Amino acid sequence: MTFDWSAVGDFMPMFWRGVVVTLEVLALGSLMAFALGLVWALAQRSSLKVVRWPVTAVTEFVRNTPLLVQLFFLYYVMPEWGITLTAMVTGVIGLGLHYSTYTAEVYRAGIDGVPAGQWEAATALSLPRSRTWIAVILPQAIRRVVPALGNYVIAMLKDSPMLFAIGVLEMLGEARQFSSETFQTVEPYTVVGIAFILIAYPASLLLRALERRLVR
Amino acid sequence: MSDISWGLWELLLNGVWITVQLTVYSAALGVVVAFGIGIARTHHLRIVRFLSGAYFEIFRGTSALILMFWMFFVLPMGFGWQLIPMWAAVLTLGLTYGAYGSEVVRGAIAAVSPGQREAGIALSFSPTQQLRKIVLPQAWPEMIPPFNNLLIELLKGTALVSILGVPDIAFGAQLVRNATTQSAPVYTIILVMYFVLAFVLTRGMRVVERHAKAGIGQAPPKRAGLTTKLSIGKQSRPIGPVARTAAGPAVDAPAEGDV
Repeated sequence: MTFDWSAVGDFMPMFWRGVVVTLEVLALGSLMAFALGLVWALAQRSSLKVVRWPVTAVTEFVRNTPLLVQLFFLYYVMPEWGITLTAMVTGVIGLGLHYSTYTAEVYRAGIDGVPAGQWEAATALSLPRSRTWIAVILPQAIRRVVPALGNYVIAMLKDSPMLFAIGVLEMLGEARQFSSETFQTVEPYTVVGIAFILIAYPASLLLRALERRLVR
Repeated sequence: MSDISWGLWELLLNGVWITVQLTVYSAALGVVVAFGIGIARTHHLRIVRFLSGAYFEIFRGTSALILMFWMFFVLPMGFGWQLIPMWAAVLTLGLTYGAYGSEVVRGAIAAVSPGQREAGIALSFSPTQQLRKIVLPQAWPEMIPPFNNLLIELLKGTALVSILGVPDIAFGAQLVRNATTQSAPVYTIILVMYFVLAFVLTRGMRVVERHAKAGIGQAPPKRAGLTTKLSIGKQSRPIGPVARTAAGPAVDAPAEGDV
């Protein structure tokens, strides 16, 4: 096997552009997943059937179908409905929406884990419902689930290469482009594969440390 | 929907068959890897633990799609090994999800109470006998719910092969989209197909779980699956105090609990 280090050097400028795009997608997608997931989790606890039922059905559906197909759906179908977004925005929405259904379950578990006494104390203090949630329940619930949310950020990182299928030039997209321009296939894919491990492994160590601190 | 002719439907249905095959073969390979690596990670020799741990971290750390590209493009170019696309896909998915599964196996083995092993030692069982006759039969039922999550993830992961030209459901959908010039119907149809496949797999795993639990004299726990969640009458959740066991964070969160 020939591994051409000069090809690695040539690939570097494109690689760093890909890293930046990957991290952008990851940051925006995570924000969306965290925010939407909380909305789903709260909606699933609603006392109204008309809210609870559709939200549960939609989140189950989204969670049980492939992200790749959802990306194609967003990318090809939304323009037919008159909404044209760039590949990048579509990718962020797809990734965020898909993982929001996972974070919703994480939040749900976190909220369920808050001891009943906290609810009772809030009732005893006659706190209004909004304040019970914002000041009592959510701070405790979210603190417990930060490591679990972090795990999904790493999962999103590993699913971000799928965005290349709709034309986002993240790491894999850049590698593909580089290899089609120069016919060097071994180096770019190997570099990108190693880059993923180099990002994901320290991140998972960090999360384990965080878990020890936050979850008691 | 009427635009999709019978020939195009056939394309999609052939895709379903390929997806099912991919899922079954990858799951079979994944289970073998999961048990092999999972058990090796509890081995008493440090070097075995280190190597299996390294395998786990590497395959968990990289993305399945990148690995698939590597298998498709780097192996033939770099080593001269050309795999049939279908088998390259199975190998990638099996090795990746097997790594995730090894964590499930390791966790379930660690959760068997140490007294069980000690009883095995007291009865002078060999380590292999302890594992086979005492530890694994008790750990197995605990593995099934997380394995189910991984199986669904695997099913979803099979869609990646369409990028590399394996004619699965998602690949068929691309062709149908090109033929009909409409995206909404075909993508809706295949999303439903994937959902139905996932639902069938979940049901199947429930049956396996019930059998496994019955084997060690336990009843399966009532879990909030899709059907229980949607049968609204039973579970009207008030906003406010509901006494629940204070579980750790996201213990029952779906899919790769510890990614």
